[in-house]
Amino acid sequence: MAGTGTVHLRDPDATLLRVEDLVVEFPVGHSGERVHAVSGVSLDIAPRETLGLVGESGCGKSTTGRAVMQLPPPVAGTVRFDGVDLTTLHGEALRRMRPRLQMIFQDPISSLNPRRRIREIVSEGLDIWEIGAKNDRDAKVDEVLEAVGIDPAGGGRRPHEFSGGQCQRISIARAVVTDPKLIICDEPVSALDVSVQAQILNLLEDMKHRYGLTLVFIAHDLAVVKNVSDRVLVMYLGKMCEVGAPEDLFASPSHPYTGALLAAIPVPDPSVRPDEEHVLGGEVPSPIHPPSGCRFRTRCPKAQERCANEEPTLREVAPNHYVACHFPLEPGELIDFTRVGLGASVVPSPDGHGSSS
Amino acid sequence: MSDARFEESGYGGPLLEVTDLTTSFSTDRGVVRAVDGVSLTLERGKTLGIVGESGSGKTVLSRSIMNLLPKRGLQREGSVRFEGKEISELPADAMRHYWGAQMAMIFQDPMTSLNPVMKIGNQITEAIREHLDVTPDYAGDLAESLLASVRIPEPHVRLNEYPHQLSGGMRQRVCIAVALACGPKLLFADEPTTALDVTVQAQVLDLIAGQQAERFMAMVLVTHDLGVVAGRAERVAVMYAGRVVEEAPTGVLFADMKMPYSEALLASIPKLDAHSHVRLNTIPGRPPDLVHPPAGCKFAPRCPYVQDRCLEEEPPLRAGPTAGHQFRCWFPVGTPEGQEARAKNEREGRVPAAAVAGGH
Repeated sequence: MAGTGTVHLRDPDATLLRVEDLVVEFPVGHSGERVHAVSGVSLDIAPRETLGLVGESGCGKSTTGRAVMQLPPPVAGTVRFDGVDLTTLHGEALRRMRPRLQMIFQDPISSLNPRRRIREIVSEGLDIWEIGAKNDRDAKVDEVLEAVGIDPAGGGRRPHEFSGGQCQRISIARAVVTDPKLIICDEPVSALDVSVQAQILNLLEDMKHRYGLTLVFIAHDLAVVKNVSDRVLVMYLGKMCEVGAPEDLFASPSHPYTGALLAAIPVPDPSVRPDEEHVLGGEVPSPIHPPSGCRFRTRCPKAQERCANEEPTLREVAPNHYVACHFPLEPGELIDFTRVGLGASVVPSPDGHGSSS
Repeated sequence: MSDARFEESGYGGPLLEVTDLTTSFSTDRGVVRAVDGVSLTLERGKTLGIVGESGSGKTVLSRSIMNLLPKRGLQREGSVRFEGKEISELPADAMRHYWGAQMAMIFQDPMTSLNPVMKIGNQITEAIREHLDVTPDYAGDLAESLLASVRIPEPHVRLNEYPHQLSGGMRQRVCIAVALACGPKLLFADEPTTALDVTVQAQVLDLIAGQQAERFMAMVLVTHDLGVVAGRAERVAVMYAGRVVEEAPTGVLFADMKMPYSEALLASIPKLDAHSHVRLNTIPGRPPDLVHPPAGCKFAPRCPYVQDRCLEEEPPLRAGPTAGHQFRCWFPVGTPEGQEARAKNEREGRVPAAAVAGGH
C-alpha cells in the first residue's frame, strides 16, 4: 500500500531523470498545518523512455511533475536531470535548464495565450533563447508545425480559431521547438474526445521517435497510460503504490489500489456487466492529516493492524515489478471492496476537510 | 399547485416519444442545425444511451427535449410527447410542472450546476417545496433521506454545508439527490461522470443505476464514452452531425455495428488488453461544419467505406438484420457491399478527403 522506497531505481548513469525521496508540502493558510501533497516519491526514467504516472485526483501526480520542473521546488528530495541536481540550482542557472524540460497541459485552449498568433506562441522559446538566426527559427517553426499536423500557412491565426485537438497539437509544437530532452505531459488527452485522443496519442509517439524525447505521461486513464508507457508508477495520496512495466502491472496487479483502479474502468462490451463488488468505496482521505502507516489502509479490505503502524516500502515481487504493500494481491486475486478494512471508521472527518481533496 | 408526482396518467404507451425533432440556432455565420430530424422512443424504467463526439448534437438534443434552450435565435420543429402529451409547444410556465417533477437533469460539471452560495439542504428542498405540498420540516427530512440514499456520509451535517466543502464525486451525488428529489419519471444524465475520476465514476454510475431500479425511472444517458453505455443502457443511439446514424439494443450494436462511424468510434478507444505502444485507430479529419454540412452522408468525408454515392445522396435510416436496429449507410460494415467498398478504396488508395486536408 502506498509507501516509499528506492529499490526500483536503476543505475543512475543509465537514466536521464532520477528523482529521490521527493517531498512537496503546501501550508494551509496560517494554521500551521500542511498539505502533504507528495511524501517521499522516487522515480527514474531512461533516455527515450515514457514513464506513466497514474492515480486519482489529489494523489500528487501533477505535483510530482511540477516539482521535477521546480515549479515550485520540492521541500525535500533530489531531482537529478542529466547529471545535475535541479534542486541545487537557482535563478539564472535554473533558467538555463528550462529549454531542455518542457510541459504540455491538460486544457489545450487555456494553455495557449488567446491574444497571440500561433506562430508567435510556437516561436517564443526560440526567440527568448535566440536559438539560430531569424530565418532558421522561422524554418524550425514551420518544421514543427508541419510535424504536428498544423499547416504553417495558418500560423497567423489565433488559438480560438482551432479545435481542442488542434490546440493540443500546437502545445506539442511549442514544447518540442526548443529541442527539449524531457517533456512532462500533464493529462494531455483527458479533455479531448476519444477519436481526437487517439490522434494526439499517436502524434506524441511520433514526436518521441522523431525528436528522441523522454516523456513523463501523467493521466488517470489506465488504458491510455498502458498505450504510451514503458514503465508505470501508480500513486495514491502522495505515496507510491506500485511500479512496473505496463504489461506486468495490468496483467497481474499486485497492489490492491491498482486492482481497484483496473476494476473501475468501464469496458466497451455489453456482455461485461459492471460489478459493484470490486468498485473502490469511500473517498480519498485528507492530505492534511493523512492516515498513519499505509495511506491506502482506510479503503483497503486487506488492511491489518500492521498497515496502520508500519509504512510499507517498495519491494520486488517479480522481476522489475515493485509494490509497496504488506499484503499484496496474489496473481488473479480480486478484492471485494464491499468489505472494508481496518481504520475505515477513520475515513470521514466531520470537519469537512476529509472530503475536500 | 399541480402535484404532478401523484398524478396517475394511466397512459400505457412509451414514456417519451420524440418524432422528427429539429433544433437550429441562428448565428452570425448562418443557421446551425444542431439536431436534425431525430426520432427516439423510451419506455418507462429503461435507459437509452446517446453517444457521439463533441458537437454531434447530443447535449442540444436532451436540452431540446426538456425545452431548456435559450429562446433567442432558436427554431424547433417536430414533436416531443411525454406520457402521450405533446410538450414541445408548451410555454415555460407550463413546463415548470414537468421540470424537476416529471423529468430532471444531471449535468457534467457538478460545481457549476450547484449554487455556490446556497447551502446544500436548501438546494434540495427548493425543488421539493416547489412541486410537493409539504411543510418545511418534512422537506428537510426528505432532503436528509435523499442525501443518505445517494450514500453521502453524515447527511445531517452536509445539509448545512456549501458545495465548495465537498469533493467532485460528493457534489455529483448532491446533484443526483436534487434531480431525484421530486421522483421524476425521466432522468437526463448529460456526461454525468466525465469530470470525475474513474473510481468515482464507477461509484456514481452504480448509484444512479440503483436509484433508477428502485424508482422505476427512465434515463437518457448522454456520453462520449462507449465504455460507459456498454454496461448501463438497454438501447444506444449514436449521433453524428445532429443526426442519429445508428440505433440498436446495446448488445446488438456492439455485436453487429453497421455504421462505419460507430465502428470507428469503438476502434479509437485504447484497449487495456492491447500491447503498449500499439498504434491507435483514429478517425481522420473532424466533424462537419453544421452551418454548411456536406451533401450526402455527413460522415462520408471521414469514412473508409466512402463511395461516390455517399457524397451525393444521404442514406435514410434503414432497418438492420435484428429487430429494433436501424442505421444510415449505403455500404454497411460487415455486409458484402460494405466489404467491397472498403476493399475498393484500399485498392485504389482512396483516402477520405478530410484525411488529406490534414486539419485534424
